[in-house]
Amino acid sequence: MAPLLAMSGIKKHFGGVPALRSASLEIKPGEVHALIGQNGAGKSTLIKILTGLYRRDEGEIEFAEAPSHLTSPREAQETGIATIYQELNLVPLRSVSENVVMGLEPRTLGFLINWPEAHRRTREILSRFGIDIDVTAPLGSYSTAIQQLVAIARAVSMDAKLVIMDEPTSSLDSSEVEILFGVVRELKSSGVSVLYVSHFLDELFQICDRVTIMRDGQTVGCETIEDTSKLDLIAAMLGRNAEEIEAEGLTELASGKQAYEEIVLQVDKVSTGPRLSEFSMTLHRGEIVGLGGLLGAGRTEAARSIFGLDPLTGGNMHLKGAPYAPTEPAEAIKARIGFLTEDRKAEGIIPHMSVRENLTLALLPHLRKSGQIDLEREKSLVEDFISQLGIKTAHMDQPIRELSGGNQQKVLLARWLATKPDILILDEPTRGVDVGAKREIQTIIRNFVDEGHAVILISSEFEELVEGANRIVVMHEGKAVSELTNPGITENALVRALAHHEEPAP
Amino acid sequence: MLDQNAFDLRKYISRNPQSVAVWIALIVLIAFGLMRYDNFGSAYNITSFLNYNAMFIAISVGMCFVILTGGIDLSVGSVAAFTSVVAAYLSPYGIEVAMPLAILSGVAFGIFNAICIVYLRIPPFITTLATMLGAKGGSLVISGAQTISVDWGSNFTKLGMEKAFDVVPWTIVLVAILVVALWVVLEMTSIGRTILAVGGGEDASVMMGLKVNRAKIFAYSVSGGCAGLAGVFLASGFGAGQPLEGVGWELSAIASVVVGGTLLTGGLGSIPATVAGALLLGLVFNILNFENGKGWISFSAYWQMVIRGAFLFAVILFQTRVMNRNSVVGHG
Repeated sequence: MAPLLAMSGIKKHFGGVPALRSASLEIKPGEVHALIGQNGAGKSTLIKILTGLYRRDEGEIEFAEAPSHLTSPREAQETGIATIYQELNLVPLRSVSENVVMGLEPRTLGFLINWPEAHRRTREILSRFGIDIDVTAPLGSYSTAIQQLVAIARAVSMDAKLVIMDEPTSSLDSSEVEILFGVVRELKSSGVSVLYVSHFLDELFQICDRVTIMRDGQTVGCETIEDTSKLDLIAAMLGRNAEEIEAEGLTELASGKQAYEEIVLQVDKVSTGPRLSEFSMTLHRGEIVGLGGLLGAGRTEAARSIFGLDPLTGGNMHLKGAPYAPTEPAEAIKARIGFLTEDRKAEGIIPHMSVRENLTLALLPHLRKSGQIDLEREKSLVEDFISQLGIKTAHMDQPIRELSGGNQQKVLLARWLATKPDILILDEPTRGVDVGAKREIQTIIRNFVDEGHAVILISSEFEELVEGANRIVVMHEGKAVSELTNPGITENALVRALAHHEEPAP
Repeated sequence: MLDQNAFDLRKYISRNPQSVAVWIALIVLIAFGLMRYDNFGSAYNITSFLNYNAMFIAISVGMCFVILTGGIDLSVGSVAAFTSVVAAYLSPYGIEVAMPLAILSGVAFGIFNAICIVYLRIPPFITTLATMLGAKGGSLVISGAQTISVDWGSNFTKLGMEKAFDVVPWTIVLVAILVVALWVVLEMTSIGRTILAVGGGEDASVMMGLKVNRAKIFAYSVSGGCAGLAGVFLASGFGAGQPLEGVGWELSAIASVVVGGTLLTGGLGSIPATVAGALLLGLVFNILNFENGKGWISFSAYWQMVIRGAFLFAVILFQTRVMNRNSVVGHG
C-alpha cells in the first residue's frame, strides 16, 4: 500500500542552528503512528513543517501521492491534515457547535448560518465518539477531556485524512484516556491515519501500530510496535544501549531508610470545599510522601490548602508542632514551604523574563542591598544553581520561554530550592519532561530530602510514585482513604488501593 | 538593561528588540530636522521643546508603570488638570509647598484607583474611566470652571520660567530626575521586578508569594504622582491652573508607551524607550511647525494630527516587523 505521508531528508535551520538535520517520517493510510523523542529532538519542528507553520530548508514531502508544499496551517487543513495541539486552539467562550463548524458553517440562502444543521452535525460526530453533551453550551464549561474530543470532532468534520495529536493525554485521567483511545480506534477503522506524539510510552503499546524515534534532529528508527519494547524505545531516544540501561537498573528514588521520627507537618481533617473534605496526613523530616489518586481525587486541592491558596473551611494544620493556618502563599513561603505547580505556563514561569530573573523572583527581598537588588549576589547564586542542577541555557539572561520544558522545570525547582524550604510540594514535577531531564529532576528531589527536608509528591504516573515515594497517601473524593509504605509498594498494589475505594456504580 | 559597570547597548537591544524601532525613528527624525531646518538644533528650540513636552514625558513614564502590570490608567489627563488647579491655588505658599501637595493630590487619585482595582476587583479600564470623569468634574468644581491664575509674586513661576544654573529650565531638570529615578526603580529594585512579574504572569506571581497587590498600588500611585507633577508643570508653564486641559492626554501617554515597545498586556517594556516614544510624538509637531515656518506649505492643526497619526502607525508597523523577525529565530 502506498504511504499516505512520506517525508524524507527534511532539514531546517533557525538562524544557523540546525533543528532538523535529516528527518524522515512515513505514515500508512489508516495507521496509528507514534512519534517519540526527547525534548529538543525535533518532533515539534517536524510537525510544524508538516502543518505548514514552518517551511523546510531541504527535503521531500509527499502527501496522498502528491508532492506537498504547504505554506499555512489553513492549506494543511484543506489538504486533509488536522492538528490537535497540546494547548487547545479553540474558543472557550463560544458554543461546542461553533467550535466544531467554525469556518465551515453550513449555510442557508448562501449566507445565513444554518444553526439547527450545525448542531445536528456536531451532535452526530460527538455521538460517534460516545459523547452526549449540550452542544449549545460554551465549550469552556466542559472538562479538558471533552474539549480535546471536540477538537478531534472538528478535525473529523473537516474530513481529515491525517490527524496529528500532540500529547493528547497529558491532562486526561485514566477513564478519559480510554474514551480518547476509543476515538482513535474509531478514526483508524474509518481509514483515517493518526500521528500520535506522547511522552507516555505505555500508551504507545496500547494504541499505536508503528513508532518513529527522533534524536538530535534526526530520525533514528522506525519500528513496528510489536517488535519493540519500552526499554528499546528509551534506549533509542537516549542514544544508548538497551543492555547498559538494564544493567544500571531504574533509578530508585526511595533509599529504604525508614527512621522517620520528627513530624514536620500534620494535617488534620482539613476541608476547603467539595473537592477536599476532612483530609488528613502527616509528613516527616527526610521523607517523600506521595499523594495517589485519580484525577479529581483532591490531590491538587490538598496541596493548595497547605500552601494557603484555598481558605480552610474546617480542620487544622500544625507545622513543626505549632499551629499553622496560612491565608496566602506569602505566609506559606515564610514558613518555608514551596509549591511547584502543575500548570507551568500559567502559574510557573514568567515568559518575558530571563532565566536569572525567573530563578530569583521569590527570593528578591533577601537579595536587597540598600534598597536595590544586589546584582553580584544574584548572579553568583544563579550561576550556582545552573551548574548544580545542570540547567541547559545559553546564558543566564536568555528568556526562559526559549528553554525546553525540562529546563524550565529545573529553573522553577531552583527557584524554590533557593528559598531554602523545609517542605516542597511538587505537583506533577516531571510532566511533559523528557526521559533524561526526568531522571535528573528525580535525583534533585532525592538529594533535597536526604538533606533532611520533606517532599509531598503528586504524580499521575504510578511508576514515579511507586519508585519515588517513601509512603503513598491514597486519596479518593477529597479524603485520604489508605496509606502504603515503601519498600514493598508495587504498581498493582497502588491500583488495588485506588480501585478498592471506587464507589460501586449505582 | 543597566549593568553594574556600564550601559551595554547590545544587551539592551537583545532584551528590548521591540523598542529598537522607536530609537531608530527618533534618530531619523532628529537627523532630518537638523539637516532641513537652520534653527532646529538651536538651544532655544531644544529647551522650549523639552520644556513643553516635560508634562507628557511625566505622564508617559507613569503610564508605563501601570501598563507593565497589565493595567491601564485613563485618568491621568483629568488628574493633571485637577492638580494644576491645586498647584495654582497653593502657589502663594511657594513652590516648596505647592509642588509636593499637588503631586500628593495626584498620588491620592492613584491610590483610589489602586484600591478599586486591587481590593474591589473593578477592572482598571472601568475604574480609571470613572476616575477620569470624577477628576474632571472635581477640577471644574474647585475652580468654578475658570482658569486659576498663579501668584506671580511667589517663587512658583520660577519652575517654568527660570533655569537651573542659568542653563537648563527647572522643568527639564525635574523630569530628568523623575525618569532616571523610575528607570532605576524598575530595573534595579525588587518592587520594579515584581511589577514586571505581575504583568508577565499574575497567577505565577501570586504563587511565588510576591506582593502583587503592593506592586499594583505602587504602580497606580506612581502614575497618579506623575500626573500630579504634569499638573504642576502645566500651571507653572502657562501661569494658571487649567481645569479644561488634559483632554486626550491619557491617549497620548498610551501611544508613547506603546510606540516605546511596551506590551499592552504588560510584563515587557522600558522606561527610556517610553521617553523616546513621548519625544517622538512631540517631535512630529515640532518638525511640522518648522515646515510651516518655511512658508512653502501650511499644515493646519487638524492636518498635523492626521500626519502624527500616520507617523505613529508607521512606527508601530516597523516595530511589529522587528518583533516578528526576532521571535521566529530561536524557536524550535
